[in-house]
Amino acid sequence: MKGLVLPAFLIVLAEIGARLHGPSDVIAPPSQVVLAFGAAVRDGSLALATRDTLIAAFGGLAVGAIIGLALGVVLGLSRTLDRVLELPVEVLRPIPSVAVIPVALVALGFGYRLEIAIVAFACVWPMLIFTRAAVAGVEPRLLEVARALRLTPWATVFKIVAPASLPRIFVAFRLAAGVALIVAVTVEIAVNPQGLGAALMTYGQALRPDLTIAFLVWVGVVGFALNQGLLFAEARLFRGKR
Amino acid sequence: MTAAILDFRDVRLAYGDQLVLGGLSFAMAPGEILCLVGPSGCGKTTALRVAAGLVAPTSGEASFAGAPIKGPRRDVAVVFQDYAKALLPWRTAEGNVSLALEAIGCPRRERPARIAALLDRVGLKGQDHKFPGQMSGGMQQRLQIARCLAQGPAALMMDEPFGALDAMTRQDLQDQMLEIARSTGATILFVTHDLEEAIYLGDRVIGLKPHPGRIGIEIKVDLPRPRDQVATRESLAFLALRRQLYDFIHGVEGNAR
Repeated sequence: MKGLVLPAFLIVLAEIGARLHGPSDVIAPPSQVVLAFGAAVRDGSLALATRDTLIAAFGGLAVGAIIGLALGVVLGLSRTLDRVLELPVEVLRPIPSVAVIPVALVALGFGYRLEIAIVAFACVWPMLIFTRAAVAGVEPRLLEVARALRLTPWATVFKIVAPASLPRIFVAFRLAAGVALIVAVTVEIAVNPQGLGAALMTYGQALRPDLTIAFLVWVGVVGFALNQGLLFAEARLFRGKR
Repeated sequence: MTAAILDFRDVRLAYGDQLVLGGLSFAMAPGEILCLVGPSGCGKTTALRVAAGLVAPTSGEASFAGAPIKGPRRDVAVVFQDYAKALLPWRTAEGNVSLALEAIGCPRRERPARIAALLDRVGLKGQDHKFPGQMSGGMQQRLQIARCLAQGPAALMMDEPFGALDAMTRQDLQDQMLEIARSTGATILFVTHDLEEAIYLGDRVIGLKPHPGRIGIEIKVDLPRPRDQVATRESLAFLALRRQLYDFIHGVEGNAR
């Protein structure tokens, strides 16, 4: 409850400040933001934009996470492949995901595919880097136990390596999920005419600070809910087993 | 002596240009308990790893049951010293024992009964649903031993298994191990730095000299079985063997300085 004191105080302050200042193109009093939010909920524009953004974010997250996971496991297990792919990975990884937009736009055009591709590109790296480290960091003694028991390579991956590295891989997935939402909204603001990012752009340019701020706050709420959901899942999945 | 189950013939092992084992030769009879002792750097753990098939010798021949050791075998189980790292922390006691049963292809239906019997045997009855993280060091090591027994091994390779445990727990586990050895007839190669432990457990004790590791002393332990933590350790024969081994180790360590 104490965490709510400061936000409540600031909201009251913003209300007073905005009303004293008078009508503005940049800022709206919280009361009007709430009204605008209510209107966006009622006319369905908020739900539609949220749906579009989440489809792209989750789609890209799924594609990127699967690629990053598979590559991470392989690179974590094989020192040879890790050396071979080290340079390409280190050259591609620093490319800002928004810098891929022009190429992806020409190849894929506007729409979900463009956004999913760029989100996937951004999500591959945290998954790959963390998974590789988690797999390479599996307790060597456990791998020796696997050898002593003559487990097949397949059984070693599924019975030893995967469960040993899963908790750390899940942390990577949570980070990647945060990245996915950020990149999805960024792509929408930059070029893709759909979703929450495009709505923010539209309302900003239409000089509707009440709607702009309402959508901005909503993006924060969606991101917060996503992270909380994943934290909850993490606690449930890995509770008491470490 | 009957045909040796474990046979080392001039086994040498080098890491780079550092010779760790410098020509080790010994043989173990089936059902024998042989203890390897020696100062650090004498290669006792390395010798055990060769016997377990975890490392290959650079030259010489190590064979088990008449066949050269080419790698780990399911009928040779390894008990590691660091039990906390050798158990799967995400599996319960039951699940950890099950891992070995899965490895040897034991049918799913038969597993619960065998797991219960194995846990009972090492004194972990009723602990099936505990995770290793919820167990004491002694219980964790018992669990590792249960997993090793699940392989149905002809031989156990034990690498300082009780070194990290407190004195009381250690004695409990020593007696339990002797009881398991007696009832299964398993051959046991036991590495330790505790001279009294070596004499108490062993039919024979080999003391190794370091740099490179080679046999310095070999002692036959003719103490009656079953052994007793108080009576055996108080007997004159025990004390004489202890003195002999102590003088050897002391001599080796004195020379090293």
